Amino acid sequence: MAKRRVMFTFPPELVTEPVIYNLGQQFHVITNIRRADVTEDRGWVVLELEGNDDDIERGIAWVTAKGVRVDPIGGDVMAG
Amino acid sequence: MSYAKALRCRECGREYPLEPIHVCEFCFGPLEVEYDYDAISQVISREKIAQGPIGMWRYRDLLPVDSEEVVDISAGFTPLIKADNLGREFGLRELYVKNDCVNPTYSFKDRVVSVAITKAKEFGFDTVACASTGNLACSVAAHAAKCGLKAYVFVPSDLEQGKMIGTAIYGPTLVAVNGNYDEVNRLCSEISDKYRWAFVNINIRPYYSEGSKTLGYEVAEQLGWRAPEHAVVPVASGSLLSKIWKGLNELALLGLIGPVKTRMYATQAEGSAPIVAAFRAGSTHVHPVRPNTIVKSLAIGNPAEGYFALKTIQESQGAACAVSDAEVVDGMKLLAETEGIFAETAGGVVVASLKRLAAEGAIKPDELTVAFITGCGLKTQEAIAGSLKPPLTIDANLASFEEALKEQA
Repeated sequence: MAKRRVMFTFPPELVTEPVIYNLGQQFHVITNIRRADVTEDRGWVVLELEGNDDDIERGIAWVTAKGVRVDPIGGDVMAG
Repeated sequence: MSYAKALRCRECGREYPLEPIHVCEFCFGPLEVEYDYDAISQVISREKIAQGPIGMWRYRDLLPVDSEEVVDISAGFTPLIKADNLGREFGLRELYVKNDCVNPTYSFKDRVVSVAITKAKEFGFDTVACASTGNLACSVAAHAAKCGLKAYVFVPSDLEQGKMIGTAIYGPTLVAVNGNYDEVNRLCSEISDKYRWAFVNINIRPYYSEGSKTLGYEVAEQLGWRAPEHAVVPVASGSLLSKIWKGLNELALLGLIGPVKTRMYATQAEGSAPIVAAFRAGSTHVHPVRPNTIVKSLAIGNPAEGYFALKTIQESQGAACAVSDAEVVDGMKLLAETEGIFAETAGGVVVASLKRLAAEGAIKPDELTVAFITGCGLKTQEAIAGSLKPPLTIDANLASFEEALKEQA
């Protein structure tokens, strides 16, 4: 089982959609939320995804295609 | 021995031992070094610092390293110059420039890397690594060479020639990655998870970032043990801004300077300004962007410490400013033509932002202001090559020269 720690940033139109629930259901990924700030017009969630590598990859691709931005936690590892 | 006592999560406050870790296991927030300031106050003094080495390690009581011997190629204690010519352009009479161009690998990154590589050795790593668009790559390669550690340096394959050569010369394994910015980021994240290497700005990050405080310490010491009223700082991840602020406040806590009333200004290029955008929106949440600017050293789309940079701006009653690429080039040229300093594009961002802040009245003529110039222009020649006056090309005789002079007039 693999684990991936990510931040999801939601556009306003997806704030009320159960994206994380559906990610878990459809792709058999365990989602474990650690921090979040969700308001009526935007939201971000820091969570850990646990599952097999393929399911996590496909799940992230699905979430991204829906319009959620997915970033590794801790920001960019690239530096100037 | 250092006076660091633990790592603490900047989000939830949980403490962790001083190990090569950077993320809180509970909330995934970033970790920061905590110090025993009571113990430091018993040993530190202005006199002790003044008697220390001429470099960043004069402040070692405030840095998180244990070893007697540090990995040092003479970073720090760079010139703080009174910039009267540049100041005159903006109506500022108390303007100083902190010139970190003159560090050993020509950028302020030598400060953070000196700490990171020293800690990597303490932790027993045999390999150090980083992902970089330039300055960090050069510095990591140089410091690794100095202490005999293996180094892997990951760069985008379209990196400027000068930076490629400026990194390769030190003999690391230089890995040029074909891919866009997000792909390079993601790959390096995966590699850092898999290999037991000291990634200087990942698993060593809490220690690495402490090196930036030395810019704040030096400026205060060089100003005669006082903090400036304004500090104009280029911002990529957000770490430099908040660490300069931390450093000044540590000196005040220890009684080495008076209360800190410095206004901190974050400056970015418009093509990669997620922190400025959040500031303008009155928010402390940073929305990631895709960088698109000539200022490669500040082209970080998802800044790791954006939130903390914004908190620093709030606490210091500072501001944030973004400038265009054209203004950046003008800023680079102005600094060179007035003060004889050839800064890289990040320096152009600072000068252009300073111009705006002065014009808007945010900085008054007699207020003590420091502009932080973090890297040398020789590394970013491509950004400015097309906008300089071409040379007079003449034949090897006096007549040809005098003809050219007449045409120029």
